[in-house]
Amino acid sequence: MSYKPARIVITGVGLTAPNGNTLSEFRQNLLNGVAGIEKKEIRYMGECLAGVCHYDPLKYQKKKELRVGTRAGSISIYCAHEAMIDSGINFTAFPKDRVGIYVGCTEHGNVETENEIYAISKFNYDTKYWSHYHNPRTVANNPAGEVSLSMGITGPAYTIGAACAAGNMGLIHAAQMLRLGEVDLAICGGISESIHTFGIYAGFKSQNALATHVDPLKASRPFDKARNGIVISEGGALYTLERLDDALARGAKIYGEIGGYCVNSDASDYVLPNPGRQAECVRKALVSAGLEAKDIHIVNTHATATPLGDIQECEAIRAVFGEGCPDTYINNTKSYIGHCMGAAGALELAGNLPSFDDLIVHPTINVDDLDPQCALPGLVLNHPQKVGRVDAILNNSFGMLGINSTLIVKRFVA
Amino acid sequence: MTKDETKQAVLDIIADIAPDEDISNLKGDIRLRDQMQLDSMDFLDIVMELRKRHNIEVPEADYPNLATLDSCAEYLTPKFAALGK
Repeated sequence: MSYKPARIVITGVGLTAPNGNTLSEFRQNLLNGVAGIEKKEIRYMGECLAGVCHYDPLKYQKKKELRVGTRAGSISIYCAHEAMIDSGINFTAFPKDRVGIYVGCTEHGNVETENEIYAISKFNYDTKYWSHYHNPRTVANNPAGEVSLSMGITGPAYTIGAACAAGNMGLIHAAQMLRLGEVDLAICGGISESIHTFGIYAGFKSQNALATHVDPLKASRPFDKARNGIVISEGGALYTLERLDDALARGAKIYGEIGGYCVNSDASDYVLPNPGRQAECVRKALVSAGLEAKDIHIVNTHATATPLGDIQECEAIRAVFGEGCPDTYINNTKSYIGHCMGAAGALELAGNLPSFDDLIVHPTINVDDLDPQCALPGLVLNHPQKVGRVDAILNNSFGMLGINSTLIVKRFVA
Repeated sequence: MTKDETKQAVLDIIADIAPDEDISNLKGDIRLRDQMQLDSMDFLDIVMELRKRHNIEVPEADYPNLATLDSCAEYLTPKFAALGK
């Protein structure tokens, strides 16, 4: 008898993005071409560009919790509560020890460490002024732990560090834990507070990978000839995932079903992507989902608008979808919101999920002059495209140290 | 600095570290943590802010002296005076 894993479905979405604090607001802005990049003063660096989230942090937290906790924790708490409400689950009655929290993040602790060093610089670097909150703020599980505190969840709560592939990883790991029976409900996805650390800005600038543009809204421009780097953003998207039987039993609204996935590694460079491994990741995800390339109707690219990285991802996508996929459309969400780092995969998936219902593919904006090396068939540019069917979305997220993640979400069919 | 001024300095710190609390009617002779939500980390915040804002050190052995507003005034006012405040 062959093993048949439980079907896993998405039943709730909570998010904050630089251009929206609910799924409907986010989606509407993606369809209307509304980006969310602004100028922001970065310590030691001056004015930079950033995707800043403008959710109400006091919606689910007290002022003291904001003072003690981290921005990553706050974003996580906001998204987790929003997802839970959206799911319609009677959370008060739900056994809290059967809930898992799996939060993807690119990094954690840079912001808090930089803040403390800056603070003690005002006291001649005397470490007796170092905050006693530094350790709980910087432990890698902080964002998930703050959610557990906020919601009284006593099941497993931890982060998944996977660079900018982490958003997908949160969902993938949650699906695995649900299938193993470790939990009955998962809060999962990805978050980022990276705009609050100068180190990440300075690092990308030293790498010549930080975007500049006179108009912030046009700065993030994957696939355009004039692209010149990444716009760093904060954000978060957390989902509720359940086994299908549980979701059906309570009459849940179902956004989509986890179809398949793959996580692999380049093993080739600290920073430079590897198109061969990326293509392999996509192909393995298709096998995992029992689908062929032509069955995918939306490919959401990871492309961050670096001159080389976009070309390399296009090479990987061309290798898989370049021929025989007339119904496959390709888009990019970073052109609106910049690179939300650990939240990127999860947020970008959210932006495309409504396509199952409205059959519209949101475009990649800011493409005034398409780079011929990025001219993929099916690329949706600057204007939304109505399509005949959307049955499967493939979401790519790749990260430094060569970690690749591909997640496929299918239309739910009973 | 008078004892009342010392109490106000402590209240200013408490207002920042416990921003959700109503501290307008705190009793001087009742333990602070019996009148408001104040955990051990908050207490360390008071110690830290005394250090940062007023250059006052409170050794761990002396922490019980910060239990109430009245005891804070008794304990801290001479320290402020020693700093010429």
